[in-house]
Amino acid sequence: MEIKVNKLSKRYRKKHALNEVSFELTEPKIYGLLGRNGAGKTTFMDILAGYQLPTSGDVLVNNKNPFDNREISQHICLIKEGSNFNQNLKVKHILNSYSLFYPNWDQALANELIKEYNLSLNAKVKTLSKGMESALGVIVGLSSLATITIFDEPYIGLDAAARKNFYNTLLEQYETRPRTIIFSTHLIDEVSLLFEEVLILREGDLIMHEKAEIMRQGAFSVTGSKAEVEQFIQDKQVMKIKELANMMTAFVFGSQEGVEDTDLNVEGVPIQELMIYLTEKGGEVSWMAN
Amino acid sequence: MKGKLDDRRPIYLQIKESIEDSIINGSIKVGERIPSTNELAKFYNINPATARQGINELAQEEIILKQRGVGMFVTEVGKEKLIGHRKQQFYENFVIPLKNEASKLQISNEQLYDMLKKGEVRYGD
Repeated sequence: MEIKVNKLSKRYRKKHALNEVSFELTEPKIYGLLGRNGAGKTTFMDILAGYQLPTSGDVLVNNKNPFDNREISQHICLIKEGSNFNQNLKVKHILNSYSLFYPNWDQALANELIKEYNLSLNAKVKTLSKGMESALGVIVGLSSLATITIFDEPYIGLDAAARKNFYNTLLEQYETRPRTIIFSTHLIDEVSLLFEEVLILREGDLIMHEKAEIMRQGAFSVTGSKAEVEQFIQDKQVMKIKELANMMTAFVFGSQEGVEDTDLNVEGVPIQELMIYLTEKGGEVSWMAN
Repeated sequence: MKGKLDDRRPIYLQIKESIEDSIINGSIKVGERIPSTNELAKFYNINPATARQGINELAQEEIILKQRGVGMFVTEVGKEKLIGHRKQQFYENFVIPLKNEASKLQISNEQLYDMLKKGEVRYGD
């Protein structure tokens, strides 16, 4: 399914949650949607899943508006940080209603995951611990096999082992049945290797849409004497500069060409750090592939 | 095989290098199958497309040969190519920096040879 986002804006009273954002996700890939709190990630995911209407612009899924459109929404599953489910229902009723809603629902996978996460089918949602409720969300998201599955910080309260388990299942599923997965999280270090493409929002603007591998290749830091660093970064996009005594470190992206002729010390920058530098207050740098 | 990958460098390159290392040190022999995309994705918890990119580069360089439906196998020429390539890299990545550092420390060529010989003796012990 093709997702086309066209000049999408959302305003809450005076605040711009999204500001004329445009991009396309055309292939079944694992996308990382990153940004600080309040960057507009959740608003975007809500609109994509048909939970909210934009103020202007639109999101089209296979050229159709997902809002109040069963034909589209049966192919989109959004799992949020919490309150995904009716608190008064039992786990088995939740699973049953989702299995009826999603045409690709995989009951065998759901059963397997329920065992794995030790979830009791007869428990009411309100009696579940935070971690268990998150596990239920993860189980629904994975078993839905929805063509577009969106995880918005799905694992509050899940311990590291359970999260690892989730990543493994996600990959296994993705390999046999490719689908579009949009993943939003603050635990970037844990999942960045899963992403094929990364989108970064900053205060309602899309400031990056790039292949993860190209980000790893293009972002680096140079450290050395102030004069030499300044000389090298003249024609580079600089994200951040740190200084100590007469030494300087600059975080840049661009070509590393020519760096081997200097005494500068070059290091790569992980995606998590890159996100931080790009979204720092007062930052103006953006990096778009298309 | 490496145990862990570094998020600071392209992952496909690390996958590629890791398989190359295994071929060079003989833990994967000529004619043997290398791990599949799935196996690599699962082992390292990485996106399968990324693993595929690393493997595809090895296939393009004819280090490995795809056999449809069976897997990827290390070729005879592949291993030779790899060793040749690594020797070139050895010169660039080790010998040149060694000489640069030596000249910074005002170590003459003769002194450097002596040191290398001494190293040889110790290595041979």
